[in-house]
Amino acid sequence: MTQTLGDEGVATGDAAPAEAIAPGSTASRGTRVVGLLALAAWGLLLLYGLVISPNDVLQEESVRLFYIHVPGATVGMLAFAFTAFGSAMYLWRRTAFWDLAAGASAEIGVVFLTLGLIAGGLWGEPTWGEYWVWDARGTSSALAVVLYLGYLAVRRIPSAPEVRRKRSAIAGLIVFIDVPIVHFSVEWWNTVHQPATISRLDPTIEGLMLFAYFLGMVAFSLTYWWLVIHRFRVGWLQEQVDERSLSDAIDLRRAESDGSSTEVTS
Amino acid sequence: MFRDALLVLNKDLRVEARSRIALNQILPFALLVLFLFAFALDPSRGVLERATAGLFWLAVLFCVVLGVGRAFALESGDGVIDALRLSGLDPAGLFLGKAGALFVQLVALELVLTLGVVVFYGAALHSVALLLVAGLLATAGLAAAGTLYGALAAGLRVRETLLPLLFLPAVVPVLIGATRAYESALADQSGEGWPWCNLLAVFAAVYVGTGVLAFGPLMEET
Amino acid sequence: MNQLDAWDNVALGYIIVIGLLIAYAAWVLVRGRRLSKQVPAKDRRWM
Repeated sequence: MTQTLGDEGVATGDAAPAEAIAPGSTASRGTRVVGLLALAAWGLLLLYGLVISPNDVLQEESVRLFYIHVPGATVGMLAFAFTAFGSAMYLWRRTAFWDLAAGASAEIGVVFLTLGLIAGGLWGEPTWGEYWVWDARGTSSALAVVLYLGYLAVRRIPSAPEVRRKRSAIAGLIVFIDVPIVHFSVEWWNTVHQPATISRLDPTIEGLMLFAYFLGMVAFSLTYWWLVIHRFRVGWLQEQVDERSLSDAIDLRRAESDGSSTEVTS
Repeated sequence: MFRDALLVLNKDLRVEARSRIALNQILPFALLVLFLFAFALDPSRGVLERATAGLFWLAVLFCVVLGVGRAFALESGDGVIDALRLSGLDPAGLFLGKAGALFVQLVALELVLTLGVVVFYGAALHSVALLLVAGLLATAGLAAAGTLYGALAAGLRVRETLLPLLFLPAVVPVLIGATRAYESALADQSGEGWPWCNLLAVFAAVYVGTGVLAFGPLMEET
Repeated sequence: MNQLDAWDNVALGYIIVIGLLIAYAAWVLVRGRRLSKQVPAKDRRWM
């Protein structure tokens, strides 16, 4: 299954070299391990979450969605926290590593949090009759997704690498400060608008249900790590390609101007 | 820092006084928005009256997006921004000046919008003190946040679409706080509205502080 | 009747979440391969 371990991808720096398993892919021995563990965790989660664990007293089957709704959203928010951390580290260390790490984590955070919201909607619908109830947690999470989509857009503004990284890092920190302010104000707003009905409806989980929830956290966390490593490498490759095409264009331009001095131009 | 801020503030306001873009375009746009809401919401059924506070602040938000775009468009012609940087202006002062100019223009806009809301939506203005305090705090927060995100969304072609995407979710707290405060003021139940001013004050403080700190690094080598 | 509804939601939820995760992972991996081809071997990993 694995192809020959090539010497591609041997790092030249002091980072532990992660050799490519297949030529021209972002995989490595590390990601294979994490990936397999993640698959195992998902397998167990499906087993326990869908089959072995019991129904909840009040929510019956819906609670099974809780095992992916909360872990997905939680790991998503943690991913955003890591983006802020990476942004701060970039501003301190000024190495591309932290910028790429922050960006990769943000993208995965957006995906996970969105999935968490989708699962959350499906989780709540049998109980509340609607897919979206403007509860504080869901609403502020949705806004966080939009904020980080904005952050990802800032990362794509074309500029010189140093400028772009610095701007992205500052944006990363600012957006992270936004999140609690927005959450707090949405929560306050919510108490004005929805006093009674949509209060704490998270089930009390224990026993096998707690284990299933724990499996959910493990599965999502492992998936996050697997994805962030790959996404980081993709980001790095993208920068290499961009740099390359830029210097190619410069060389081409230079060749043109050199050529024209010796050739007769019409 | 404050001397530089005043310099920039005066410059921006003087440019506006001469070109009158805010007056001629943004102000009519604001009133137009009030009309659009009326068409969307059917004045005869009382929805407009109940929603007045929210619609007012929505109109303000849309105008802030336009105003910020304008504030930074002023600088983007012909290397003006490089001139500003080379001139040795304190970046924190630059931030305060731009935000300050935006603040002044927004307050003027809001006064006209208030008039519009009284005339077109039949709003009755009670608790003027609450309206003033909440309005000024909210506007300060909007001006600061707008200036900060305007600088972040740098890049001529991208700003029109990126700025709203960044700015509007971030100022949801202002929308929430200001609307609740204004709702209770208009309904003459100002007791419920005053606590929201705390939120507005915190928001304004956070964004003014962040802008002062972040403008230096942001302005370098942009 | 209510039982049926809840199971529909659960199934749909798991399918959507897992499906989208797989789709995103596939996208990242494919991008990785595509970009790798454009970069000489020695530059393919971070410093």
